[in-house]
Amino acid sequence: MELTYRDLATVLHGMGFGALFMLAFSGAIGVIYATAVGGGAAIYSAAQQRMFRIYLISMAVLAWLTVLSGTYIIYPWYRAKPPAGVVDLSRYPQRLLISNPMTAGWHDFGMEWKEHIAWMTPIVMTMVAYVFIKYGPQLALHRSMRRAVLGFTAAAFLATGVAGIFGAMLNKVAPVRGGSDAVAIRYVHHD
Amino acid sequence: MCTMTEDSHAATNGSGGAAILAAGAGCLSLGIFALAGDALPWAHRAFNIWSPSGPLSGVSLGAVAVWLVVWFLLARRWSTRDVNLAFVNLAAFGMLAGGLLLTFPPIMDALQGK
Repeated sequence: MELTYRDLATVLHGMGFGALFMLAFSGAIGVIYATAVGGGAAIYSAAQQRMFRIYLISMAVLAWLTVLSGTYIIYPWYRAKPPAGVVDLSRYPQRLLISNPMTAGWHDFGMEWKEHIAWMTPIVMTMVAYVFIKYGPQLALHRSMRRAVLGFTAAAFLATGVAGIFGAMLNKVAPVRGGSDAVAIRYVHHD
Repeated sequence: MCTMTEDSHAATNGSGGAAILAAGAGCLSLGIFALAGDALPWAHRAFNIWSPSGPLSGVSLGAVAVWLVVWFLLARRWSTRDVNLAFVNLAAFGMLAGGLLLTFPPIMDALQGK
């Protein structure tokens, strides 16, 4: 049961940050809606309001960690160019994909879409967290603002979904591998 | 752009409007920069500010810079006043939609005549 360093980093990017962020979305919609509709101040205590703020800030931080780790740690491994003469492209995912017309679309469509649309999420979620912190229960008095925040949150969910689905599929078709081994669990096989 | 608030007891909506419109601007600039980096060789080179990540480094950094600058400027102007949020939302969602469309590869390709 061994993983390479790149395996671990990819798992941290996709499952540690990205998937956790996705899981938090339904909670974010609930927090914004419940706090805003009918005047959250009358329903929720100051401690609960503070917890909601921490929840949305955490989501924004997770979104930033996801795109930063993806762009500056995983993506360079993905797009690395093989040295001249190398015929085994298994450690060069982008080159492996575009070397075959049957798999080139995973890069030309999947990665091209994913790498850009993903960056909308931290921008949007930072805005959402800011507006929530700034207005909190007063969002109930600003219906237009509440609608905008919920609409942008839904768009961030779409962007994250696209990035997450293509990230998972790309790593299945052409996994980012290599680097030194990191032993997760030493398990001895017995016949 | 100044209007009455939806409720006289509510805080002014300018700060929220600034944040919302700036987020839309950031998303649209991301789409425009992504298209430019794909379509124009000089933009491709200009956005390549960190070679291991290629043009994505400059495209994303540029969009974040636009978002923050627009937010800063709008917040300075709007933080103590009310703005027409219906108009702000329309503009913000229009820019968000533009950004989403411009990052969609078939539309990027169509705009380049590919």
